Amino acid sequence: MQTTQALVLRTSGTNCELETARALERGGAKVDVLSHRRLQDDLPRLTKYRVLVFAGGFSHGDDLAAGRVWGSDLRAIRRELDAFVADGGLILGVCNGFQVLMESGLFQPDRAPEERTLALYSNASNHYECRWVQLAVERSKCSWWTEGWKFPVPVAHAEGRFTCKDEATLEGLRAAGQIVLTYQGANETLTYPENPNGSMGDVAGICDPSGRVVGLMPHPERNLDLFNRPDWTRLEGRQEGEGVRFYADLVAAAQG
Amino acid sequence: MAPVTISPAPPQAWRVEVFRRPTVDDPEGTHALAAAQALGLSSISDLRLGRGYLLPPEFDETQVLRTVRELLADPVLDVARITAPGEMPAREGAAFVLVARKPGVTDPVSQTLERALHTAGIAPVTEEDLLVTTFQAWEMQTRPVEEHLSQLSKRVLANVVIDAVSIDDETLYYGRPAKAEGHGVADVPLLNLDEAALVQLSNEGLLSLDAAEMLSIQEHFADQGREPTSCELETLAQTWSEHCQHKTFRGLIEMDGEVIDNLLKSTIAKATYELDKPWCISVFHDNAGIVEFDHVDGETWDLSMKVETHNHPSAIDPYGGAGTGIGGVVRDILGVGMGAKPIANLDAFFVGPPDLAPDQVPRGSMHPSRILRGVVAGVRDYGNRMGIPTVAGGVWFHEGYTANPLVYAGTVGLMPRWAATKEVRPGDVIVTVGGRTGRDGIHGATFSSVELHEDSETQSAGAVQIGDPITEKKVLDGLLAARDARLFRGLTDCGAGGLSSAVGEMGAECGAEVDLDLVPLKYPGLSPEEIWISEAQERMVLSVPPEDLEACIKIFDAEGAVATAIGHFTDTGRLVLRYGGVVHADINMNFLHEGNPRQTRKATWSAPDVPTPAVPALEDPGATLLELLKRPTLANKEWIIRQFDHEVQGQRVIGPTSGVRNDGPSDGVVLHPVPGSKKGAAIGLGANARYGRLDPRAMAETCIDEALRNVVAAGGDPTHTSLLDNFSWGNCNKPDRLGSLVHAAKGCYASAMALGTPFISGKDSLNNEYRVGDETIAIPPTLLISALSIVPDVTKAVTMDLKKAGNVLMLVGETKNQLGGSELHALLGLDGGEVPRPDLRTSPDLFACLHAAMQASLVRTCHDLSEGGLGVALAESAMAGDLGANIQLSYTKDLNRTSALFSESTTRFLVEVAPHQVATFQEALGSHPVTRLGEVQAASRLQISDMNGDSLVDLSIDSIRDAFNGSFQG
Repeated sequence: MQTTQALVLRTSGTNCELETARALERGGAKVDVLSHRRLQDDLPRLTKYRVLVFAGGFSHGDDLAAGRVWGSDLRAIRRELDAFVADGGLILGVCNGFQVLMESGLFQPDRAPEERTLALYSNASNHYECRWVQLAVERSKCSWWTEGWKFPVPVAHAEGRFTCKDEATLEGLRAAGQIVLTYQGANETLTYPENPNGSMGDVAGICDPSGRVVGLMPHPERNLDLFNRPDWTRLEGRQEGEGVRFYADLVAAAQG
Repeated sequence: MAPVTISPAPPQAWRVEVFRRPTVDDPEGTHALAAAQALGLSSISDLRLGRGYLLPPEFDETQVLRTVRELLADPVLDVARITAPGEMPAREGAAFVLVARKPGVTDPVSQTLERALHTAGIAPVTEEDLLVTTFQAWEMQTRPVEEHLSQLSKRVLANVVIDAVSIDDETLYYGRPAKAEGHGVADVPLLNLDEAALVQLSNEGLLSLDAAEMLSIQEHFADQGREPTSCELETLAQTWSEHCQHKTFRGLIEMDGEVIDNLLKSTIAKATYELDKPWCISVFHDNAGIVEFDHVDGETWDLSMKVETHNHPSAIDPYGGAGTGIGGVVRDILGVGMGAKPIANLDAFFVGPPDLAPDQVPRGSMHPSRILRGVVAGVRDYGNRMGIPTVAGGVWFHEGYTANPLVYAGTVGLMPRWAATKEVRPGDVIVTVGGRTGRDGIHGATFSSVELHEDSETQSAGAVQIGDPITEKKVLDGLLAARDARLFRGLTDCGAGGLSSAVGEMGAECGAEVDLDLVPLKYPGLSPEEIWISEAQERMVLSVPPEDLEACIKIFDAEGAVATAIGHFTDTGRLVLRYGGVVHADINMNFLHEGNPRQTRKATWSAPDVPTPAVPALEDPGATLLELLKRPTLANKEWIIRQFDHEVQGQRVIGPTSGVRNDGPSDGVVLHPVPGSKKGAAIGLGANARYGRLDPRAMAETCIDEALRNVVAAGGDPTHTSLLDNFSWGNCNKPDRLGSLVHAAKGCYASAMALGTPFISGKDSLNNEYRVGDETIAIPPTLLISALSIVPDVTKAVTMDLKKAGNVLMLVGETKNQLGGSELHALLGLDGGEVPRPDLRTSPDLFACLHAAMQASLVRTCHDLSEGGLGVALAESAMAGDLGANIQLSYTKDLNRTSALFSESTTRFLVEVAPHQVATFQEALGSHPVTRLGEVQAASRLQISDMNGDSLVDLSIDSIRDAFNGSFQG
């Protein structure tokens, strides 16, 4: 079986490309890291990969809005990205990468980006927050992650409040299997900081109608080693961080 | 700053204001409203923010609409108001305030928008030809009283140092800063001045040079038979500043009949050279210290570390000052050797009480809570954007910092061994990299060397810099790529003094020639002096072999960073500056670096005459414990910690918090920076605001002990630990301030020698006084010690949260009646008493024994005892573990139960051990005092009784958590 090739994309202000590459490697992929500029100069190269990841950070400083400038840059390569997905490739956006995909309009391919009805808004606390949360996999188009699987990950962002134009939009996404990941708490109704940013429906990650474009705010790539979790000194019998499985499942899905 | 003409309102540009839709909340408005109400501005009842942009008047309507729809307004969240050039906006509400950056102040957002307009194809001209500016429009539906509106503008919405504010006025400046007058060579006639006139010249020019230095300059130029140019005089002032040269530490000091020739070399550096550790790779002479980390797969990895002070800029502009403090120390790490990758930041703040009554704030100062919120936001926005985890830190509150807060910022870097050394060769090209040069930060180096006073804010506006972390991130990415391609030979950062210090330092041994008109500028019109001494941020200087110049520039260009050749290094021993081909400076490098006269200062110190109070008898020690936990210095800092990204780069082993709910304050933090290595790097801090006034030497030794406790508690090897020193003192031209500094430095030497912990880097700030009229207020003498320790095996790292009911709790180390400077005394309003001081005969071995016990996996939990003593440590560990503890204190007749609970004696740890390992643990600690305290219990209560079994403390963990969370929360 051929090794799955993955590409981690970065631009000015991206800062999670190395741990993201490490996570994909731990998940079984062969990984390249490339700047958006270099890819734009060599677009045919994209066909070599099965997984394309927009890494986290502060692309272009998140000036104007989080992910907006890089998201705008994607308009110029939209045709290639659509072809990549149509060909069975998987696109993942993590944190700022999710914000970039949101701004690009890729989650609602039948609308112009400036007509989208989904957004990632300033956290309810109105400031950057870095903390560990519990995630759960929902029943969605991204069936490679086991429904009901719960695992801890850190969030670290200022604009991660998933927002839909109205409740009907949220319900539409749910019905279409586009809600992929949610925050989890002690009870059914979540309180802060279980839902760390005030996201509608406690949504942490979504996908496009095909399930081949996925974005999430938390950082599974920061939970690869035994000792990454803040409560690891209280636990026994673990060999590695739960984030490895998250990326391994993704890589396996891209292979198949 | 050059004069600026304001165009009449409204601006001749398209104006776009983007507001949140009424259907979503407006977090910025809510936040500002809360801040206004906290200041007692009761008539402010609503606030709404419009993010404002001025776009070129040449744009047609389609271009403006595309800009708004594609770049400025979110379709779900925003509504935009567009106003044509020269028109009045359809302003809503009963009052409004416009806030815009003053011309010439860096505005990263407008730069990003200019770039995006170009790449999105909306504006076909290049981004250099586009002019976009930003502003904030704040609207209120209910009109506040006029005084509140004015206070709101100045104290919440804007910082008048960098912002222009207008109330009920649509005036906005649209244009570039005005040009400076006259770019010819200007001589400064001083050959015929007497001493008084020379000093006056120095003061008026903000040169911060004293009489002896001015006389030495006069003599030097008299020998050459000419007057100095203003460029030359500025260069000398920058290079000879206290900030750059550490004249106090390197000068002569007379104290108690002894002459100390160079305090640094005779104490701190002396310890390093006498200890002569083989793992110290580079100490004191580069931008940061370098120590060995590990060998992995044939590569040797080193760690570098530097901690800086950024006090004065942070007093004037907390947000910008703290942010550029981080930016500056990150560049120190980028500029050490051939460059290191920053892997962690730390920060330490010393501010006035958060609950200070508003009328107690000195004139010209900000309220401590505003300062703290500002510095936290500054560190957050700079560090997070750089992608460097902010892992360690602390906040100390004391009245003495109200007018002169202290802001420390530190960075740890990782580098391969081959990059540890650098060189400069004559013929190498001088290349600047990164940010463009503007009029910001002029006179920062000399400003930081003078006292703050009530007019500092207006007088030193130019000394404040605005950071642009993404530009620095581009520099980081380009620099490490160029380093690995071996495209340069040496580098340094542009810090205080700007290019003058960076080029002057790199060319000190050979010589340098610079054409100032080649330096890339943010806007035209800077004078040659301004270019040369500007402290515009995010710039580095490289020495590049001519044959590598093209490749080097290209590699930076690929990251969007500007690299520009501005001159070359020579073998003439002279520093030559040209502008438009005309020579503006031609100085002997030797005079520049060695020519300033060494000063002799007098020092004396005597302990303050305060009687030792009796040990207080506490009626209800449990209630006292809760009161202590609420004290700002001890209370939960999660509101700060959570705003910092401490997880980026994915290498955390122990973060700033630990435990079941991740709310326990960790001692040291541990990183795992090299995949494939077993080892970790532990970082710990030691500082105290209350000990130094009573006993500066004990304070220094205690701070070192505390920093070491913190790293050892987390798993660091005490025999493989290096230290960094940061002294912030009052004006050391005053003998009593200098005397206490000498005592503290001697304490550093004694501790380092006893513990075998070399100092590898340091930085001082010795003019922390605040002048109002004739009165001067000095800060408490404050030493921040940072420890960097190797953790032999990260899987054996230990946290501070209690783990399991039934395990045994032990106290390691000896408790004495040492309440002087304690939090308990501060709580009870008591002064005087014995300050804790480590026993350097026994503490090194205690650290080693405890570390060995941890390596043998005998320790489940370890928490160091510091402020608040055993009582606070027990409460914190129990809370973090969501478990209770049942403790019976044992103490001898000499020790009062108050001291047993709250004394801050050094070299003590709370340790949790499994019952079957108690004997082995005690054996491992040898002859050191180990006291069995009691057991961890499932019932979530902290119960402490005295020797007779009478209850002293019986608290639920919830009440402890409530107290811990019950203080200032931002």
